[in-house]
Amino acid sequence: MVFRIDELNSMHIDVLKEIGNVGAGNAVTALAKMLNKRIEMNVPEVKILEFREVSDILGGAEIPVIGVLLNVSGDLTGSIMFIFEINAAREIVSLLIGSQNCETEEFSELEISAIKEVGNILAGSYLSALFELTGLKTVSSVPYIAIDMAGAILSVPAIEFGKSGDKVLYIATEFSDGDTKVKGDFFLVLDVDSFETLLKVLGVVN
Amino acid sequence: MKNVIRVGMADLNVCAHPGILTTLGLGSCVGVALYDPTTKVIGLAHIMLPTSTQAKDSTNPAKFADTAIEKLLEEMEKLGADRTKIVAKLAGGAQMFPFNNSSDMMKIGLRNVLASKKKLQELNIPVVAEDTGGNYGRTIELDSGNGRLRIKTIGHGVKEI
Repeated sequence: MVFRIDELNSMHIDVLKEIGNVGAGNAVTALAKMLNKRIEMNVPEVKILEFREVSDILGGAEIPVIGVLLNVSGDLTGSIMFIFEINAAREIVSLLIGSQNCETEEFSELEISAIKEVGNILAGSYLSALFELTGLKTVSSVPYIAIDMAGAILSVPAIEFGKSGDKVLYIATEFSDGDTKVKGDFFLVLDVDSFETLLKVLGVVN
Repeated sequence: MKNVIRVGMADLNVCAHPGILTTLGLGSCVGVALYDPTTKVIGLAHIMLPTSTQAKDSTNPAKFADTAIEKLLEEMEKLGADRTKIVAKLAGGAQMFPFNNSSDMMKIGLRNVLASKKKLQELNIPVVAEDTGGNYGRTIELDSGNGRLRIKTIGHGVKEI
């Protein structure tokens, strides 16, 4: 049987949500420790979208955001992406390495490194939680960063889905420190075959 | 008031004069903008992948350079456009993340641009202007009045081609 993401039933969706919950939960804990701040996250959403809907999911295709993307390989393949609004990234950086200049628009090299390192730690926590839950081993690549329009950044994982179907499946989790300063989104974007592997390991598909 | 029609990812649309076709946040995807100066009919496709022949599931022609361009021309002809007069402009095809491995994800933008040009050449549609490549996203607007393509970016200015 060819696995199709638009034929998932509500139980499959619930299982994928739980994966988002466990993965992002662990990552948020790591972020909270790093920043020494209380960070909350919402219930993960499993988004199955038509491509034309993708660019707007963060509130507008043209909103400037920072995307940190890591490729995932091993028992599951795909990518994991963190998206921060520019101001949230600034806040995170200033909590981590002290306040830098707020005058210039551009991030310094040190600030970029700090954001990448946050991405590294978040991805590691997300994937290790996934391993504990499923026993599936994965490794992440070095973090890649892009600062640009939300639509352009979200299109990168969407293109991967384009090779095998007409819909895209994101497990998305929003987190925030409560006063909307540190706010961002996690996206776990797996290849279609990996979703099948994941659901098989968890016993929800044969 | 001009009719502004938005084209999403893996989507295409056409419009008779007066109108504007726009697509937001092109990354590695390519915006193929077609214009017939004689009838002022315009068409815009937001393509994601180079060719339908490599894809497992290709029910949406707007997703691929080869099938999208053909479909776009057909739709424009339905609005009275003359295929022999149509010219093309391209924008997008960036590489958003600086991947340093040799995976397919790496050069998808470039491959989208090349595939679009190849298809347009096969169909004898001249590419009169382009703003492609780089590592940044683009929002584009095609105006039926003059066939100008307005390109907006974050940090790389606004231009018209």
